[in-house]
Amino acid sequence: MKAVITVIGKDMVGILAKVSTVCAEKGINVIEVTQSILQDMFAMIMIVDISAATVPISELSDEFDTLGEKLGLKIHVMHEDVFNSMHRI
Amino acid sequence: MIDTHDILETINMIDNENLDVRTITMGISLLDCIDSDIDKACTKVYDKICSYAENLVKTGEDISREYGIPIVNKRIAVTPIAMLAGANPGANPVRFAKALDRAAKTVGVNFIGGYSALVHKGFAPGDYALIESIPEALAETEFVCSSVNIGSTKAGINMDAVKKMGHIVKEAAVRTADRDCIGAAKLVVFCNAPEDNPFMAGAFHGAGEPDCVINVGVSGPGVVRAAIKKAKDTDNITEIADIIKKTAFKITRMGQLVAQEASRRLCVPFGIVDLSLAPTPAIGDSVADILEGMGLAQCGAHGTTAALALLNDAVKKGGVMASSHVGGLSGAFIPVSEDAGMIAAAKSGALSITKLEAMTAVCSVGLDMICVPGDITPEIISGIIADEAAIGMVNSKTTAVRLIPAIGKKVGEELNFGGLLGCGPVMEVNTNSPAVFVNRGGRIPAPLQSLKN
Repeated sequence: MKAVITVIGKDMVGILAKVSTVCAEKGINVIEVTQSILQDMFAMIMIVDISAATVPISELSDEFDTLGEKLGLKIHVMHEDVFNSMHRI
Repeated sequence: MIDTHDILETINMIDNENLDVRTITMGISLLDCIDSDIDKACTKVYDKICSYAENLVKTGEDISREYGIPIVNKRIAVTPIAMLAGANPGANPVRFAKALDRAAKTVGVNFIGGYSALVHKGFAPGDYALIESIPEALAETEFVCSSVNIGSTKAGINMDAVKKMGHIVKEAAVRTADRDCIGAAKLVVFCNAPEDNPFMAGAFHGAGEPDCVINVGVSGPGVVRAAIKKAKDTDNITEIADIIKKTAFKITRMGQLVAQEASRRLCVPFGIVDLSLAPTPAIGDSVADILEGMGLAQCGAHGTTAALALLNDAVKKGGVMASSHVGGLSGAFIPVSEDAGMIAAAKSGALSITKLEAMTAVCSVGLDMICVPGDITPEIISGIIADEAAIGMVNSKTTAVRLIPAIGKKVGEELNFGGLLGCGPVMEVNTNSPAVFVNRGGRIPAPLQSLKN
Protein backbone atom coordinates (compact mmCIF):
# COMPACT_ATOMS: atom_id res chain seq x y z
CA MET A 1 0.00 0.00 0.00
CA LYS A 2 1.40 3.35 -0.97
CA ALA A 3 0.90 6.82 0.43
CA VAL A 4 1.94 10.25 -0.75
CA ILE A 5 3.64 12.65 1.65
CA THR A 6 3.70 16.25 0.50
CA VAL A 7 5.64 19.00 2.21
CA ILE A 8 4.80 22.56 1.26
CA GLY A 9 6.31 25.74 2.65
CA LYS A 10 9.48 27.78 2.76
CA ASP A 11 12.59 25.90 1.69
CA MET A 12 15.12 25.25 4.46
CA VAL A 13 18.01 22.98 5.33
CA GLY A 14 17.11 19.49 6.51
CA ILE A 15 13.47 19.10 5.42
CA LEU A 16 14.13 15.86 3.58
CA ALA A 17 16.24 14.54 6.45
CA LYS A 18 13.63 15.27 9.09
CA VAL A 19 10.73 13.81 7.10
CA SER A 20 12.66 10.71 6.09
CA THR A 21 13.83 10.17 9.66
CA VAL A 22 10.19 9.89 10.76
CA CYS A 23 9.58 7.48 7.87
CA ALA A 24 12.53 5.30 8.87
CA GLU A 25 11.45 5.22 12.51
CA LYS A 26 8.02 3.98 11.50
CA GLY A 27 9.18 1.32 9.08
CA ILE A 28 8.14 3.26 5.99
CA ASN A 29 10.10 2.77 2.79
CA VAL A 30 10.62 5.87 0.62
CA ILE A 31 10.17 4.89 -3.02
CA GLU A 32 10.51 8.20 -4.77
CA VAL A 33 11.18 11.85 -3.95
CA THR A 34 10.54 14.83 -6.22
CA GLN A 35 10.70 18.53 -5.60
CA SER A 36 8.69 21.20 -7.27
CA ILE A 37 7.60 24.82 -6.91
CA LEU A 38 3.93 25.48 -6.19
CA GLN A 39 2.90 29.14 -6.31
CA ASP A 40 6.41 30.28 -5.22
CA MET A 41 6.45 27.76 -2.40
CA PHE A 42 8.75 24.80 -2.06
CA ALA A 43 6.95 21.52 -2.55
CA MET A 44 8.45 18.11 -1.89
CA ILE A 45 6.57 14.98 -2.82
CA MET A 46 7.46 11.56 -1.46
CA ILE A 47 5.86 8.35 -2.62
CA VAL A 48 6.22 5.87 0.22
CA ASP A 49 5.36 2.24 0.86
CA ILE A 50 3.42 1.90 4.10
CA SER A 51 2.77 -1.87 3.90
CA ALA A 52 5.32 -2.55 6.65
CA ALA A 53 4.62 0.60 8.67
CA THR A 54 4.59 0.11 12.44
CA VAL A 55 1.81 2.66 12.93
CA PRO A 56 -1.51 3.24 11.15
CA ILE A 57 -1.61 5.99 8.53
CA SER A 58 -3.83 8.16 10.76
CA GLU A 59 -1.21 8.16 13.50
CA LEU A 60 1.47 8.95 10.94
CA SER A 61 -0.64 11.86 9.81
CA ASP A 62 -0.74 13.24 13.37
CA GLU A 63 3.02 12.79 13.70
CA PHE A 64 3.63 14.80 10.53
CA ASP A 65 1.14 17.46 11.62
CA THR A 66 3.24 18.01 14.74
CA LEU A 67 6.47 18.07 12.75
CA GLY A 68 4.93 20.44 10.21
CA GLU A 69 3.81 22.84 12.91
CA LYS A 70 7.27 22.81 14.45
CA LEU A 71 8.94 23.61 11.13
CA GLY A 72 6.28 25.99 9.86
CA LEU A 73 5.47 23.71 6.93
CA LYS A 74 2.35 21.99 5.73
CA ILE A 75 2.83 18.24 5.63
CA HIS A 76 0.07 16.06 4.22
CA VAL A 77 -0.03 12.29 4.27
CA MET A 78 -2.59 10.96 1.84
CA HIS A 79 -3.50 7.51 0.67
CA GLU A 80 -2.55 6.99 -2.99
CA ASP A 81 -6.17 5.98 -3.73
CA VAL A 82 -7.17 9.65 -3.44
CA PHE A 83 -4.99 10.61 -6.41
CA ASN A 84 -5.78 7.50 -8.38
CA SER A 85 -9.50 8.05 -8.08
CA MET A 86 -9.42 11.79 -8.71
CA HIS A 87 -7.06 11.79 -11.67
CA ARG A 88 -7.50 8.40 -13.33
CA ILE A 89 -10.55 7.03 -15.05
CA MET B 1 2.47 6.25 -11.63
CA ILE B 2 1.04 9.26 -9.88
CA ASP B 3 1.78 12.52 -11.62
CA THR B 4 3.40 15.36 -9.61
CA HIS B 5 1.05 17.90 -11.13
CA ASP B 6 -1.98 15.85 -10.08
CA ILE B 7 -0.71 15.54 -6.53
CA LEU B 8 -0.05 19.25 -6.19
CA GLU B 9 -3.41 20.07 -7.76
CA THR B 10 -5.22 17.97 -5.16
CA ILE B 11 -3.19 19.40 -2.26
CA ASN B 12 -3.84 22.92 -3.53
CA MET B 13 -7.58 22.20 -3.79
CA ILE B 14 -7.67 21.09 -0.15
CA ASP B 15 -5.32 23.73 1.28
CA ASN B 16 -6.35 26.80 -0.65
CA GLU B 17 -9.67 26.14 -2.36
CA ASN B 18 -11.73 24.65 0.47
CA LEU B 19 -12.21 21.24 -1.15
CA ASP B 20 -13.94 18.91 1.26
CA VAL B 21 -16.46 16.17 1.59
CA ARG B 22 -19.29 18.14 3.09
CA THR B 23 -21.15 15.35 4.78
CA ILE B 24 -21.41 11.64 5.36
CA THR B 25 -25.05 11.09 6.17
CA MET B 26 -26.34 7.78 7.46
CA GLY B 27 -29.94 7.13 6.55
CA ILE B 28 -31.77 4.97 9.09
CA SER B 29 -35.27 3.56 8.71
CA LEU B 30 -37.35 3.88 11.86
CA LEU B 31 -40.39 2.08 10.48
CA ASP B 32 -39.75 -0.85 12.83
CA CYS B 33 -39.84 1.52 15.80
CA ILE B 34 -43.54 2.29 15.44
CA ASP B 35 -45.37 1.54 18.67
CA SER B 36 -48.76 2.53 20.02
CA ASP B 37 -46.99 3.43 23.27
CA ILE B 38 -45.01 6.60 22.53
CA ASP B 39 -42.55 5.96 25.35
CA LYS B 40 -41.69 2.59 23.90
CA ALA B 41 -41.49 4.08 20.39
CA CYS B 42 -39.06 6.80 21.57
CA THR B 43 -36.88 4.23 23.33
CA LYS B 44 -36.77 2.11 20.18
CA VAL B 45 -35.87 5.19 18.09
CA TYR B 46 -33.07 6.18 20.45
CA ASP B 47 -31.70 2.64 20.70
CA LYS B 48 -31.79 1.96 16.97
CA ILE B 49 -30.04 5.21 16.05
CA CYS B 50 -27.40 4.77 18.75
CA SER B 51 -26.68 1.20 17.71
CA TYR B 52 -26.56 1.84 13.94
CA ALA B 53 -24.65 5.12 14.11
CA GLU B 54 -22.39 4.20 17.02
CA ASN B 55 -19.24 4.28 14.86
CA LEU B 56 -20.35 6.84 12.26
CA VAL B 57 -18.43 9.82 13.60
CA LYS B 58 -15.29 7.85 14.41
CA THR B 59 -15.31 6.17 10.99
CA GLY B 60 -15.69 9.56 9.30
CA GLU B 61 -12.78 10.94 11.29
CA ASP B 62 -10.63 7.89 10.59
CA ILE B 63 -11.25 8.12 6.83
CA SER B 64 -10.54 11.83 6.93
CA ARG B 65 -7.20 11.30 8.63
CA GLU B 66 -6.15 8.27 6.65
CA TYR B 67 -6.98 9.70 3.25
CA GLY B 68 -6.07 13.26 4.12
CA ILE B 69 -9.47 14.54 2.96
CA PRO B 70 -11.44 16.92 5.19
CA ILE B 71 -14.87 15.46 6.00
CA VAL B 72 -16.76 18.33 7.56
CA ASN B 73 -20.00 16.83 8.86
CA LYS B 74 -21.27 13.50 10.03
CA ARG B 75 -25.06 13.41 10.09
CA ILE B 76 -28.10 11.18 10.31
CA ALA B 77 -31.35 11.17 8.35
CA VAL B 78 -34.32 9.16 9.58
CA THR B 79 -37.74 8.08 8.36
CA PRO B 80 -40.19 11.02 8.41
CA ILE B 81 -41.30 11.04 12.03
CA ALA B 82 -44.92 11.72 11.01
CA MET B 83 -45.04 8.07 9.87
CA LEU B 84 -44.26 6.98 13.41
CA ALA B 85 -46.37 9.63 15.10
CA GLY B 86 -49.47 8.36 13.30
CA ALA B 87 -49.56 5.45 15.76
CA ASN B 88 -49.69 7.80 18.73
CA PRO B 89 -52.78 9.98 18.35
CA GLY B 90 -53.10 12.53 21.13
CA ALA B 91 -49.44 12.31 22.15
CA ASN B 92 -47.11 15.26 21.57
CA PRO B 93 -44.71 14.32 18.72
CA VAL B 94 -42.07 16.61 20.25
CA ARG B 95 -41.13 13.61 22.38
CA PHE B 96 -39.80 11.99 19.21
CA ALA B 97 -37.79 15.15 18.49
CA LYS B 98 -36.25 14.95 21.95
CA ALA B 99 -35.38 11.28 21.45
CA LEU B 100 -33.70 12.17 18.13
CA ASP B 101 -31.83 15.01 19.80
CA ARG B 102 -30.57 12.75 22.59
CA ALA B 103 -29.47 10.14 20.05
CA ALA B 104 -27.65 12.77 17.97
CA LYS B 105 -25.84 13.96 21.09
CA THR B 106 -24.90 10.42 22.11
CA VAL B 107 -23.41 9.46 18.74
CA GLY B 108 -21.82 12.89 18.23
CA VAL B 109 -23.38 13.98 14.91
CA ASN B 110 -24.03 17.66 14.35
CA PHE B 111 -27.49 17.38 12.79
CA ILE B 112 -30.23 14.78 12.57
CA GLY B 113 -32.86 15.27 9.88
CA GLY B 114 -36.26 13.67 9.52
CA TYR B 115 -38.63 15.50 11.82
CA SER B 116 -40.65 15.54 8.67
CA ALA B 117 -44.00 14.98 7.03
CA LEU B 118 -44.82 14.24 3.39
CA VAL B 119 -48.18 15.86 2.71
CA HIS B 120 -48.06 16.70 -1.01
CA LYS B 121 -51.45 15.12 -1.57
CA GLY B 122 -52.97 15.37 1.88
CA PHE B 123 -52.55 14.74 5.58
CA ALA B 124 -52.31 11.18 6.92
CA PRO B 125 -52.61 10.40 10.64
CA GLY B 126 -49.65 11.95 12.41
CA ASP B 127 -48.88 14.52 9.71
CA TYR B 128 -50.93 17.39 11.03
CA ALA B 129 -49.87 16.93 14.66
CA LEU B 130 -46.25 16.72 13.62
CA ILE B 131 -46.43 19.88 11.52
CA GLU B 132 -48.11 21.75 14.36
CA SER B 133 -45.34 20.67 16.73
CA ILE B 134 -42.43 21.75 14.48
CA PRO B 135 -41.85 25.19 16.09
CA GLU B 136 -41.78 23.67 19.57
CA ALA B 137 -39.56 20.78 18.44
CA LEU B 138 -37.03 23.11 16.80
CA ALA B 139 -37.01 25.49 19.77
CA GLU B 140 -36.48 22.75 22.32
CA THR B 141 -33.87 20.67 20.52
CA GLU B 142 -30.41 21.50 19.30
CA PHE B 143 -29.62 19.06 16.51
CA VAL B 144 -33.00 18.19 15.00
CA CYS B 145 -33.88 19.42 11.50
CA SER B 146 -37.33 19.42 10.02
CA SER B 147 -38.83 19.36 6.55
CA VAL B 148 -42.26 19.18 5.02
CA ASN B 149 -43.00 18.19 1.43
CA ILE B 150 -46.05 20.12 0.28
CA GLY B 151 -46.07 19.47 -3.45
CA SER B 152 -44.89 17.25 -6.27
CA THR B 153 -45.08 17.13 -10.04
CA LYS B 154 -47.29 14.04 -9.86
CA ALA B 155 -49.59 15.19 -7.03
CA GLY B 156 -49.78 18.96 -7.45
CA ILE B 157 -49.53 21.37 -4.52
CA ASN B 158 -51.35 20.88 -1.23
CA MET B 159 -52.46 24.45 -0.57
CA ASP B 160 -53.83 23.56 2.88
CA ALA B 161 -50.28 22.58 3.81
CA VAL B 162 -48.87 25.70 2.13
CA LYS B 163 -51.22 27.83 4.20
CA LYS B 164 -50.26 25.99 7.38
CA MET B 165 -46.53 26.23 6.69
CA GLY B 166 -46.66 30.05 6.47
CA HIS B 167 -47.71 30.07 10.12
CA ILE B 168 -45.27 27.33 11.13
CA VAL B 169 -42.24 29.09 9.60
CA LYS B 170 -43.17 32.33 11.33
CA GLU B 171 -43.76 30.62 14.66
CA ALA B 172 -40.50 28.69 14.42
CA ALA B 173 -38.74 32.04 14.15
CA VAL B 174 -40.76 33.67 16.94
CA ARG B 175 -40.04 30.84 19.35
CA THR B 176 -36.30 31.19 18.78
CA ALA B 177 -36.18 35.00 18.45
CA ASP B 178 -33.62 35.16 21.27
CA ARG B 179 -31.28 32.91 19.25
CA ASP B 180 -31.35 34.80 15.92
CA CYS B 181 -34.50 32.91 14.92
CA ILE B 182 -32.44 29.73 14.38
CA GLY B 183 -35.59 27.55 14.48
CA ALA B 184 -36.62 28.69 11.01
CA ALA B 185 -33.11 27.96 9.68
CA LYS B 186 -33.65 24.29 10.53
CA LEU B 187 -36.94 24.00 8.65
CA VAL B 188 -37.31 23.38 4.91
CA VAL B 189 -40.53 23.36 2.91
CA PHE B 190 -40.12 21.20 -0.18
CA CYS B 191 -41.73 20.45 -3.50
CA ASN B 192 -40.50 17.14 -5.03
CA ALA B 193 -38.32 16.36 -2.00
CA PRO B 194 -35.68 13.70 -2.74
CA GLU B 195 -35.69 10.69 -0.43
CA ASP B 196 -31.91 10.30 -0.31
CA ASN B 197 -30.65 13.84 0.18
CA PRO B 198 -27.69 13.92 2.59
CA PHE B 199 -27.74 17.72 3.05
CA MET B 200 -29.44 19.48 5.94
CA ALA B 201 -31.84 20.84 6.90
CA GLY B 202 -33.88 18.86 4.36
CA ALA B 203 -32.45 15.36 4.81
CA PHE B 204 -34.82 12.51 5.61
CA HIS B 205 -34.77 8.78 4.94
CA GLY B 206 -37.49 8.01 2.43
CA ALA B 207 -39.91 5.11 2.74
CA GLY B 208 -38.42 3.44 -0.35
CA GLU B 209 -34.91 3.39 1.10
CA PRO B 210 -33.25 0.34 2.67
CA ASP B 211 -32.96 -0.18 6.43
CA CYS B 212 -29.69 1.72 6.59
CA VAL B 213 -27.67 3.52 3.92
CA ILE B 214 -24.66 5.80 3.55
CA ASN B 215 -25.07 8.89 1.39
CA VAL B 216 -22.26 11.35 0.83
CA GLY B 217 -22.45 15.02 -0.13
CA VAL B 218 -19.45 16.52 -1.84
CA SER B 219 -18.75 20.20 -2.13
CA GLY B 220 -16.18 22.46 -3.71
CA PRO B 221 -17.39 25.84 -5.03
CA GLY B 222 -13.90 27.19 -4.25
CA VAL B 223 -12.29 24.62 -6.53
CA VAL B 224 -14.63 25.44 -9.41
CA ARG B 225 -14.06 29.16 -8.85
CA ALA B 226 -10.28 28.72 -8.93
CA ALA B 227 -10.52 26.65 -12.12
CA ILE B 228 -12.66 29.28 -13.84
CA LYS B 229 -10.30 32.01 -12.68
CA LYS B 230 -7.63 30.49 -14.89
CA ALA B 231 -9.81 31.02 -17.96
CA LYS B 232 -9.33 34.19 -19.97
CA ASP B 233 -12.10 36.77 -20.41
CA THR B 234 -12.10 35.99 -24.10
CA ASP B 235 -12.63 32.24 -23.61
CA ASN B 236 -15.79 30.87 -25.14
CA ILE B 237 -18.62 29.91 -22.75
CA THR B 238 -18.40 26.30 -24.01
CA GLU B 239 -14.88 26.20 -22.61
CA ILE B 240 -16.19 27.45 -19.25
CA ALA B 241 -18.75 24.62 -19.20
CA ASP B 242 -15.96 22.19 -19.97
CA ILE B 243 -13.77 23.47 -17.12
CA ILE B 244 -16.66 23.07 -14.68
CA LYS B 245 -17.40 19.54 -15.89
CA LYS B 246 -13.81 18.41 -15.46
CA THR B 247 -13.55 19.96 -12.01
CA ALA B 248 -16.88 18.46 -10.90
CA PHE B 249 -15.64 15.09 -12.07
CA LYS B 250 -12.57 15.26 -9.83
CA ILE B 251 -14.51 16.50 -6.81
CA THR B 252 -17.09 13.77 -7.19
CA ARG B 253 -14.48 11.03 -7.55
CA MET B 254 -13.20 12.00 -4.14
CA GLY B 255 -16.73 11.82 -2.75
CA GLN B 256 -17.24 8.42 -4.34
CA LEU B 257 -14.02 7.15 -2.76
CA VAL B 258 -15.08 8.35 0.69
CA ALA B 259 -18.60 6.98 0.25
CA GLN B 260 -17.36 3.53 -0.72
CA GLU B 261 -14.85 3.44 2.11
CA ALA B 262 -17.41 4.59 4.69
CA SER B 263 -19.88 2.04 3.41
CA ARG B 264 -17.30 -0.76 3.61
CA ARG B 265 -16.12 0.12 7.10
CA LEU B 266 -19.57 0.59 8.55
CA CYS B 267 -20.94 -2.50 6.73
CA VAL B 268 -23.81 -0.37 5.46
CA PRO B 269 -24.84 -0.24 1.78
CA PHE B 270 -23.67 2.76 -0.25
CA GLY B 271 -26.62 4.83 -1.40
CA ILE B 272 -25.66 7.85 -3.46
CA VAL B 273 -23.18 10.64 -3.90
CA ASP B 274 -24.86 14.03 -3.94
CA LEU B 275 -22.68 16.15 -6.18
CA SER B 276 -23.66 19.54 -4.97
CA LEU B 277 -21.72 22.76 -4.89
CA ALA B 278 -22.52 23.75 -1.33
CA PRO B 279 -21.02 27.11 -0.41
CA THR B 280 -19.78 28.06 3.04
CA PRO B 281 -19.35 31.55 4.47
CA ALA B 282 -15.56 31.14 4.02
CA ILE B 283 -14.13 33.63 1.54
CA GLY B 284 -13.65 31.98 -1.83
CA ASP B 285 -16.03 29.08 -1.12
CA SER B 286 -18.90 30.80 -2.85
CA VAL B 287 -21.27 29.93 -5.70
CA ALA B 288 -21.80 33.67 -6.29
CA ASP B 289 -18.05 33.96 -6.86
CA ILE B 290 -18.27 31.32 -9.59
CA LEU B 291 -21.05 33.23 -11.35
CA GLU B 292 -19.05 36.44 -11.04
CA GLY B 293 -16.00 34.54 -12.29
CA MET B 294 -17.91 33.79 -15.49
CA GLY B 295 -18.05 37.51 -16.13
CA LEU B 296 -20.88 39.09 -14.14
CA ALA B 297 -20.05 42.28 -12.23
CA GLN B 298 -22.04 40.99 -9.28
CA CYS B 299 -24.32 38.05 -8.59
CA GLY B 300 -27.87 39.15 -9.33
CA ALA B 301 -26.97 41.05 -12.50
CA HIS B 302 -28.93 40.19 -15.65
CA GLY B 303 -27.27 37.03 -16.96
CA THR B 304 -27.09 35.42 -13.51
CA THR B 305 -29.85 32.90 -14.24
CA ALA B 306 -28.16 31.80 -17.46
CA ALA B 307 -24.77 31.48 -15.76
CA LEU B 308 -26.33 29.45 -12.95
CA ALA B 309 -28.14 27.18 -15.42
CA LEU B 310 -24.84 26.46 -17.14
CA LEU B 311 -23.11 25.83 -13.80
CA ASN B 312 -25.84 23.54 -12.48
CA ASP B 313 -25.92 21.46 -15.64
CA ALA B 314 -22.15 21.20 -16.01
CA VAL B 315 -21.73 20.11 -12.38
CA LYS B 316 -24.20 17.28 -12.96
CA LYS B 317 -22.65 16.22 -16.26
CA GLY B 318 -19.15 16.09 -14.76
CA GLY B 319 -20.26 14.42 -11.58
CA VAL B 320 -22.52 11.75 -13.04
CA MET B 321 -19.67 9.92 -14.72
CA ALA B 322 -17.56 10.05 -11.58
CA SER B 323 -19.97 8.18 -9.36
CA SER B 324 -21.75 4.86 -9.65
CA HIS B 325 -24.92 6.26 -8.07
CA VAL B 326 -25.83 9.91 -8.07
CA GLY B 327 -28.81 11.26 -6.20
CA GLY B 328 -29.98 13.72 -3.59
CA LEU B 329 -30.15 17.30 -4.70
CA SER B 330 -27.06 17.40 -6.96
CA GLY B 331 -26.32 20.77 -8.50
CA ALA B 332 -25.52 24.26 -7.25
CA PHE B 333 -26.97 25.52 -3.98
CA ILE B 334 -27.72 29.20 -3.55
CA PRO B 335 -28.18 29.70 0.21
CA VAL B 336 -27.82 33.42 0.76
CA SER B 337 -26.51 33.50 4.34
CA GLU B 338 -24.05 30.67 3.72
CA ASP B 339 -22.35 32.27 0.73
CA ALA B 340 -20.04 35.28 1.14
CA GLY B 341 -20.66 36.44 -2.45
CA MET B 342 -24.45 36.19 -2.09
CA ILE B 343 -24.34 38.08 1.21
CA ALA B 344 -22.35 40.88 -0.44
CA ALA B 345 -24.73 40.97 -3.41
CA ALA B 346 -27.79 41.06 -1.14
CA LYS B 347 -26.27 43.83 0.96
CA SER B 348 -25.42 45.96 -2.05
CA GLY B 349 -28.91 45.52 -3.48
CA ALA B 350 -27.70 43.65 -6.57
CA LEU B 351 -29.53 40.51 -5.49
CA SER B 352 -33.24 40.55 -4.68
CA ILE B 353 -35.67 37.81 -3.69
CA THR B 354 -37.35 38.07 -7.09
CA LYS B 355 -34.03 37.42 -8.84
CA LEU B 356 -33.32 34.55 -6.45
CA GLU B 357 -36.71 33.08 -7.31
CA ALA B 358 -35.82 33.12 -10.99
CA MET B 359 -32.49 31.50 -10.18
CA THR B 360 -34.23 28.67 -8.32
CA ALA B 361 -35.83 27.58 -11.59
CA VAL B 362 -32.40 26.44 -12.76
CA CYS B 363 -30.46 25.70 -9.54
CA SER B 364 -30.62 22.50 -7.56
CA VAL B 365 -32.83 23.58 -4.68
CA GLY B 366 -34.60 26.83 -4.00
CA LEU B 367 -34.99 29.94 -1.88
CA ASP B 368 -32.51 29.01 0.79
CA MET B 369 -31.38 30.75 3.98
CA ILE B 370 -33.01 34.06 3.16
CA CYS B 371 -33.70 36.45 6.04
CA VAL B 372 -36.93 38.40 5.67
CA PRO B 373 -38.38 41.22 7.81
CA GLY B 374 -39.76 40.07 11.16
CA ASP B 375 -43.16 41.64 10.52
CA ILE B 376 -43.76 39.45 7.45
CA THR B 377 -47.25 37.92 7.55
CA PRO B 378 -47.75 34.13 7.47
CA GLU B 379 -49.79 34.64 4.28
CA ILE B 380 -46.86 36.24 2.47
CA ILE B 381 -44.61 33.37 3.59
CA SER B 382 -47.24 30.97 2.21
CA GLY B 383 -47.33 32.96 -1.02
CA ILE B 384 -43.55 32.62 -1.38
CA ILE B 385 -43.80 28.87 -0.64
CA ALA B 386 -46.57 28.47 -3.24
CA ASP B 387 -44.56 30.32 -5.93
CA GLU B 388 -41.48 28.26 -5.24
CA ALA B 389 -43.40 24.97 -5.18
CA ALA B 390 -45.04 25.90 -8.49
CA ILE B 391 -41.61 26.31 -10.09
CA GLY B 392 -40.61 22.86 -8.85
CA MET B 393 -43.89 21.23 -9.76
CA VAL B 394 -43.99 22.54 -13.32
CA ASN B 395 -40.30 21.95 -14.03
CA SER B 396 -40.18 18.46 -12.45
CA LYS B 397 -37.41 19.48 -10.10
CA THR B 398 -36.86 19.85 -6.39
CA THR B 399 -37.52 23.29 -5.01
CA ALA B 400 -37.50 24.37 -1.40
CA VAL B 401 -38.05 27.35 0.83
CA ARG B 402 -36.00 28.06 3.92
CA LEU B 403 -36.92 31.58 4.99
CA ILE B 404 -35.93 33.08 8.32
CA PRO B 405 -38.29 35.80 9.52
CA ALA B 406 -35.95 38.08 11.50
CA ILE B 407 -38.20 38.82 14.45
CA GLY B 408 -37.87 42.44 15.57
CA LYS B 409 -35.65 43.33 12.62
CA LYS B 410 -36.11 45.33 9.44
CA VAL B 411 -34.59 45.42 5.97
CA GLY B 412 -30.89 46.24 6.19
CA GLU B 413 -30.34 44.66 9.62
CA GLU B 414 -28.94 41.15 9.83
CA LEU B 415 -29.12 37.80 11.57
CA ASN B 416 -26.00 35.94 12.57
CA PHE B 417 -26.29 32.16 12.97
CA GLY B 418 -22.58 31.41 13.12
CA GLY B 419 -20.82 28.37 11.71
CA LEU B 420 -21.86 26.92 8.36
CA LEU B 421 -25.23 28.71 8.48
CA GLY B 422 -23.44 32.06 8.28
CA CYS B 423 -25.11 35.43 8.57
CA GLY B 424 -27.61 37.13 6.34
CA PRO B 425 -28.96 40.59 5.68
CA VAL B 426 -32.72 41.00 6.00
CA MET B 427 -34.05 41.26 2.44
CA GLU B 428 -37.04 43.14 1.18
CA VAL B 429 -40.23 41.26 0.27
CA ASN B 430 -43.23 42.36 -1.74
CA THR B 431 -45.81 43.24 0.92
CA ASN B 432 -48.95 43.06 -1.25
CA SER B 433 -51.15 40.51 0.44
CA PRO B 434 -51.83 37.10 -1.17
CA ALA B 435 -54.11 36.26 1.80
CA VAL B 436 -57.30 35.45 -0.11
CA PHE B 437 -55.46 33.22 -2.59
CA VAL B 438 -53.52 31.41 0.14
CA ASN B 439 -56.49 30.97 2.47
CA ARG B 440 -58.58 29.23 -0.19
CA GLY B 441 -56.83 25.95 0.65
CA GLY B 442 -57.44 22.88 -1.51
CA ARG B 443 -55.01 21.51 -4.04
CA ILE B 444 -53.37 22.92 -7.15
CA PRO B 445 -53.87 20.12 -9.71
CA ALA B 446 -50.81 18.32 -11.03
CA PRO B 447 -49.53 19.90 -14.24
CA LEU B 448 -49.58 18.44 -17.74
CA GLN B 449 -46.41 16.63 -18.68
CA SER B 450 -46.84 17.26 -22.39
CA LEU B 451 -47.70 20.35 -24.47
CA LYS B 452 -44.73 22.00 -22.74
CA ASN B 453 -44.31 25.44 -24.19
